[in-house]
Amino acid sequence: MTSHHTKISTGNVGIVIVSHSPDVARGAADMVRQMVGDAVPLAWCGGAPGGGLGTNVEAILSAIDRAWSEAGVAILVDLGGAETNSEMAVELLPEERRDRVVICDAPVVEGAVMAGTEASGGSTLEQVRSTAEELRAR
Amino acid sequence: MDNAPMTSSATGNVRIEHEIGLHARPSVKLTQLAKTFGSRIEFATSPEGPWLDAKSIVKVMGSKTPKGSILHFRAEGSDAAAAVQALVALVERDFEPQADA
Repeated sequence: MTSHHTKISTGNVGIVIVSHSPDVARGAADMVRQMVGDAVPLAWCGGAPGGGLGTNVEAILSAIDRAWSEAGVAILVDLGGAETNSEMAVELLPEERRDRVVICDAPVVEGAVMAGTEASGGSTLEQVRSTAEELRAR
Repeated sequence: MDNAPMTSSATGNVRIEHEIGLHARPSVKLTQLAKTFGSRIEFATSPEGPWLDAKSIVKVMGSKTPKGSILHFRAEGSDAAAAVQALVALVERDFEPQADA
C-alpha cells in the first residue's frame, strides 16, 4: 500500500483518487497537479496493504483526510472495490464530514482532471461532481 | 428587465497557433482563466456558433479545436471587456503563463 499527498490549505474542493493500482493513482494525481496546478487539495491511494493490486478503506480514509477541505472532497474511483471501499470509507467518516464527500461516477483519470479544473475555480462540491460526471453524458 | 447598470458585452477572436490545438492543458488554462471573471463567457470556432460555455472544461476540451482555428469569444457582464482581452492574450501567448512585468 502506498499513498502520497501534498498538503495545501485552501477553500477549494479537494480531490481524492482511488485506484487498484498505486501507479495509476499516482499518475492521475500527477496529471491533475501538472495541468491544474496547486490550488486544489489532492491525495491519492491505491494498492492492497500487502502489495499488489487492490484498495482498502483505511488508505481511502487517510487520503480523504489529507485532501480535506471545508468545501468538501470529490472522490474518483476506478473499478468495483474502489467504489465500494470508498462508500464504506465515507460511511466511517465523522458525521459532520460525511455530507461533504461525494464519489463521482466518472472515469478516474479524465474525471480527476475535469473535477480538479472545476475545483480550482472555487466551484461548489456539487458543481465539481457534475463537471466530472458530465463526461459520461457526452 | 435585469439590466445591471454596469453590464456590457465584448467580443474578440484569435487564431490558435498551438501545435496540437486546444488539447488538454490549454483547455484547462483557458477554462481556469475564464472562471476568474464574473461575466458570462462563450466561445465558438465560427462567428455563427455554436457558442459554448468557456467556463466549462468539458465543453472546452470537448470542442477539440485544432491548430489554425479562429477562436471567437463573446462575453457579457461587468468585466466582459477585460475577460475577452485576457482570453485572447492567453491564446496569443500560446497558453504560457503570463510574464510578470
